[in-house]
Amino acid sequence: MSDSHSHDHDHDHDHLHNPHGPHPYQPDLEDAPFTHCQLMAEAVGELLIEKDVFSADDLRAMIELIDSKSPAEGARLIARAWLDADFKARVLENVNDAATELGIDAGTIPIRAVENTDTVHNVIVCTLCSCYPRLLIGLPPDWYKSRSYRSRAVREPRTVLKEFGTHIDDNIEVRVHDSTADLRYLVIPERPQGSETMSEDELTSLVTRDSMIGVTTL
Amino acid sequence: MTRYTIGAAVAVRSAYPPGHVRAPFFIRGKTGTVEQVVGSFGNPEELAYGRNPEQLTLYRVRFQQADVWSGYTGPGQDTLVIDIYENWLDPAAGDHP
Repeated sequence: MSDSHSHDHDHDHDHLHNPHGPHPYQPDLEDAPFTHCQLMAEAVGELLIEKDVFSADDLRAMIELIDSKSPAEGARLIARAWLDADFKARVLENVNDAATELGIDAGTIPIRAVENTDTVHNVIVCTLCSCYPRLLIGLPPDWYKSRSYRSRAVREPRTVLKEFGTHIDDNIEVRVHDSTADLRYLVIPERPQGSETMSEDELTSLVTRDSMIGVTTL
Repeated sequence: MTRYTIGAAVAVRSAYPPGHVRAPFFIRGKTGTVEQVVGSFGNPEELAYGRNPEQLTLYRVRFQQADVWSGYTGPGQDTLVIDIYENWLDPAAGDHP
């Protein structure tokens, strides 16, 4: 440690490490136990490459494609749908095809849009695992994959929504979609009041990830 | 072959087989209404084991929350829509497709 980091103040408070000893290193990845599932994923990946099912380059390209996705792409789609009723109709018919119109590759797993209105508020969950429209809006947040969210979103959705700061009036239907199979879901949030004069870019910046899962409104 | 049409009353089978089962435990034995006929997909319960899967019709089935959970505290109009394959559905009692 350099002299510029002087320790002339008292150390009578609790410290996580000896202030005069070596600085603790962040553990290396290899210091955590290598789990059965990690080992199996590595082994299956290597086997598929060895058997020419796909190449190492295919695998890298798919990981890069998934990493390149973010809620910003879904936000663009939502903003356009707010502005163009015909486009919104096509989104409700087939999200993947509508995304292609905007130059967004949302993959081949069918994504279904569900629209919030003044009578219905939609919420998405996958109780069995963590199905999520990854190829449109990126990887799911950790809480979406938690057992707590997955079990409670179906059983007490209004309580869960309140924890996200979202109150849905009792005269509105809360409709929870359990994404257990071959579909993925995307919520079209209600366009906020006061946004009538906004440009498409401004509208895009209003749309959040959580609003596309349905745990918040805008 | 599509056995049910939109609006059909269906009951989720009360079956508890082992394996990669795609019908959530909490919905088995419950009765709902077909909201959408999604299309035909390979049975994921066979695909998971590398078998050549049969093609199954997938439905979106709507349930009233009050029918799913005893003591559901939200308003009566709240619903739950679950993607369920045809092999998990029977006609609801008294409803013949």
